[in-house]
Amino acid sequence: MTTAPFRLSADRPAFDQVPTYDPSLSLTGNPAYHPSTAQKVALVFVGIGALACLVGWASGSGFGGALLATVVIGFGGGGMAYAWLTYGQGHAGIHNHGIMFSAQQARGHFGWLWGILLTGLYVLVYWFPQYLTGLIAVFDPISNALGYPEGSRQWVMYGSFYSLAVATMGVRAFLKYRHIRYQKIRTVSVVFFQLVFGYSLPYLFVLLDQPELYLHYFWPLDYDGLWPDTFGWMPMAALIFGAAMIFIGTPVLTYFFGKRWYCSWVCGCGGLAETAGDPYRHLSDKSQRAWKIERWMIHGVLAFIILTTLMLWANAQWGVLGPIAAGFKKWYVFFIGLMFAGVIGVGFYPVFGSRVWCRFGCPMAAILGLQQRFFSRFRITTNGGQCISCGNCSTYCEMGIDVRWYAQRGQNIVRASCVGCGVCSAVCPRGVLSLENGPRDGRIGTPQNNLIGDLDIL
Amino acid sequence: MHLVIVGNGIAGITAARHVRKLDASARITVVSDESDHPYSRTALMYLYMGDLQFAHTKLYEDGFWTKNRIDLVRDRVLAVDSSAKTLTLRDAQPMSYDKLLIATGSVPRFAGWPGQDLKGVQGFYDLQDLDRMETDTAGVRHAVVVGGGLIGVELAEMLHTRGIGVTLLVRSAWYLPAALPEEEGMMVNEHIRTCGIDLRLETELAEVLPDSSGRVRAVTTSRGDTIEAQWVGIAIGVAPNVAFLEGSGIETDRGVLVDEHFHTNIPDVYAAGDCAQHRTPPPGRRPIEPLWYAGRVHGATAAFGLCGQPRAYAPGVFFNSAKFFDLEWQVYGDLNTTLADDERTLYWQHPTEDKAIRLNYTVGDSARNASSLTAVNVMGIRYRHDVCTHWIEQGTDIETVLQNLGAANFDPEFTAQHEADLVAQYNRQAGRTLTLERTRGRIRSLLPLSR
Repeated sequence: MTTAPFRLSADRPAFDQVPTYDPSLSLTGNPAYHPSTAQKVALVFVGIGALACLVGWASGSGFGGALLATVVIGFGGGGMAYAWLTYGQGHAGIHNHGIMFSAQQARGHFGWLWGILLTGLYVLVYWFPQYLTGLIAVFDPISNALGYPEGSRQWVMYGSFYSLAVATMGVRAFLKYRHIRYQKIRTVSVVFFQLVFGYSLPYLFVLLDQPELYLHYFWPLDYDGLWPDTFGWMPMAALIFGAAMIFIGTPVLTYFFGKRWYCSWVCGCGGLAETAGDPYRHLSDKSQRAWKIERWMIHGVLAFIILTTLMLWANAQWGVLGPIAAGFKKWYVFFIGLMFAGVIGVGFYPVFGSRVWCRFGCPMAAILGLQQRFFSRFRITTNGGQCISCGNCSTYCEMGIDVRWYAQRGQNIVRASCVGCGVCSAVCPRGVLSLENGPRDGRIGTPQNNLIGDLDIL
Repeated sequence: MHLVIVGNGIAGITAARHVRKLDASARITVVSDESDHPYSRTALMYLYMGDLQFAHTKLYEDGFWTKNRIDLVRDRVLAVDSSAKTLTLRDAQPMSYDKLLIATGSVPRFAGWPGQDLKGVQGFYDLQDLDRMETDTAGVRHAVVVGGGLIGVELAEMLHTRGIGVTLLVRSAWYLPAALPEEEGMMVNEHIRTCGIDLRLETELAEVLPDSSGRVRAVTTSRGDTIEAQWVGIAIGVAPNVAFLEGSGIETDRGVLVDEHFHTNIPDVYAAGDCAQHRTPPPGRRPIEPLWYAGRVHGATAAFGLCGQPRAYAPGVFFNSAKFFDLEWQVYGDLNTTLADDERTLYWQHPTEDKAIRLNYTVGDSARNASSLTAVNVMGIRYRHDVCTHWIEQGTDIETVLQNLGAANFDPEFTAQHEADLVAQYNRQAGRTLTLERTRGRIRSLLPLSR
């Protein structure tokens, strides 16, 4: 390797600037990246998957399932093989080496390119699917089997890509964290919920001529889940289940386990973030300013959806607030439901990290967060005075929590936004952090004794 | 009061933070030649490996220092005039102080090998070393690392991530013999080897050989081998960074000599961290403690002295931790690698994985009929600091410890727990029939143990 990521003058290095990793488009520009021949072959398969997408998109035909098979084998098979070759060999452990030199993962050219591409694809899927006809046709074998109507088949394509990404990158996450059983179980759970509750079951319902129900999404994340319109078509059992989950199930589960029972174990958005988003988790903003914006924004969205829902019901019941309610509804669906949750939430992964929506926008996360902060047994325990302030925990926190700020003071971490992914504990080189449920007494604040005499620590 | 702290490492910064807490009006200036903002020295390796960027290693956001009125000055202190209470700086005008804290840390130690000054031979301590290493390891195929300590294995791992072959020379028969008993040391040896490092035990560096351009070409070892290497990392230890104090009147030996309040022989001058040397160290402690955790307590304790409320150094039960490639290590208490006469050890090792638990304890006298826990050493397993410390402080009976050992487990949820295996081993050795009464996951059961 000849590339030196740090280019600094000898006597006074400008270390307070972010070190300038080489943002070259070359895959070998990263001095900590040494792909084997097998890894390169796996990447070629991924490339073939991408090529199949292009062929379908350009030709307007799926070639009777041939392209679909190529996409699945290329992305899925190639991706899983690459993950196995990268993370399945040798000693298990945290190997985040080279991430900060990566043009793709550290906001280099590749990262921006990928972010713009993803964002563009979302815009097309949501508002201009006519430009994706060929790509949508690749998934025709599935759409045909489901009897999916023309004109909304982009959702089959979208759901299939989404699930393929969660499954493939789920294998990657499983292997990357294979030395930690919590991570393995959690990854299996979140992939299971996407593949079964987020993909198979809804389409099974379609096959059975039933409404396409996503039973792991509840109001307010599923924003129209409690809107008057929904009562018109959704089976009563599903409505009652959804309402029971948000008003009873959620507080109870969050009390015992923290919001992680949903955000990093069940939720489909969380599922994508924990799998496909894992390579970008460190890009979240850790500043106090970001935290401040987060609190205003996420609770603002929560207020927005509550207000919208109440007004829609007021209009349905008493015929008042109709035009205002309709306006709120329209803007909520556009700005929050589509723009924020969809386009920004995933499209910006390579630029702002994997949990932008979960952190700044999701009203479900807001509710779970308030419960977690004020009424839960969950916390991240800091192990006495063992913290060395290295910064791995904060860096790899996808929610942008400055975990170290607490850990280096010997304080437990109790934050509304924590989704309990457990990666802070995984990347800690000194065994300082552990996710736990326990008595609420002494959950927050400086421990009585931080084990270095009776002195406060850093 | 104008307090000047020389050095923005963990000792200096902890002192600054505590002085600010104790004295809202103090003017605090921290002078460092290393970096504009305090960062975590322990994270240096992650910068080279690309796990972190420099900004990630900063202890706090930049605004923190302004908010807490801690002035950070980037300069080098060349000399101290303790009678005039001024510092000579390299770049700026002399700086006067009312009180001074010397927290200048260490410098890498070299043993005077022939060729040790060649280009491509260096120690690894600060950002400037990292910068040099970044430049000098570019294009290197093979490197030699000298030293069986924490920095040695870090260097090996760092180089390994760049695809550079590494030979690690260790003087002893196993890794870190001053801190690790043989079984754990052998486990680390094996772990390092299976990570692809050419580990050479009981081998020392003899000479560094140059190429025609004055750069290292190879090294020879005490065993007579010649190893081709384009870069050599020296990690045999550190020495206090105190050369600039010569002629200042501040008394030094290897480090700055301090009393139990970190006060030097000169009024209003204190020293803390790696560079301090205790005239009378507390029981079980060494005069010089180049450890992150020690530096932190040093700094906090010195702050009380600087604010006129002196407190004696009371570091409590010893603890340390490290990570060797993928193998984590934690120790609580004074782990004697050679047992004292009245001391016994109970050691369990996983049959296939790199995991081990060791409990050392003293055999009680017949009157009390109790055996007290003295140290806990875990490899590949995480234990609770508060629980272990409490047991050791209280001299808890080994059988009580064993029965409750699950309370000490700090591994992530769902991790396989091995405390029952250790209890079984004890039962076999001691002819007892103890059972493990507490397993991990019942925090409530911990409460009586935490203070």
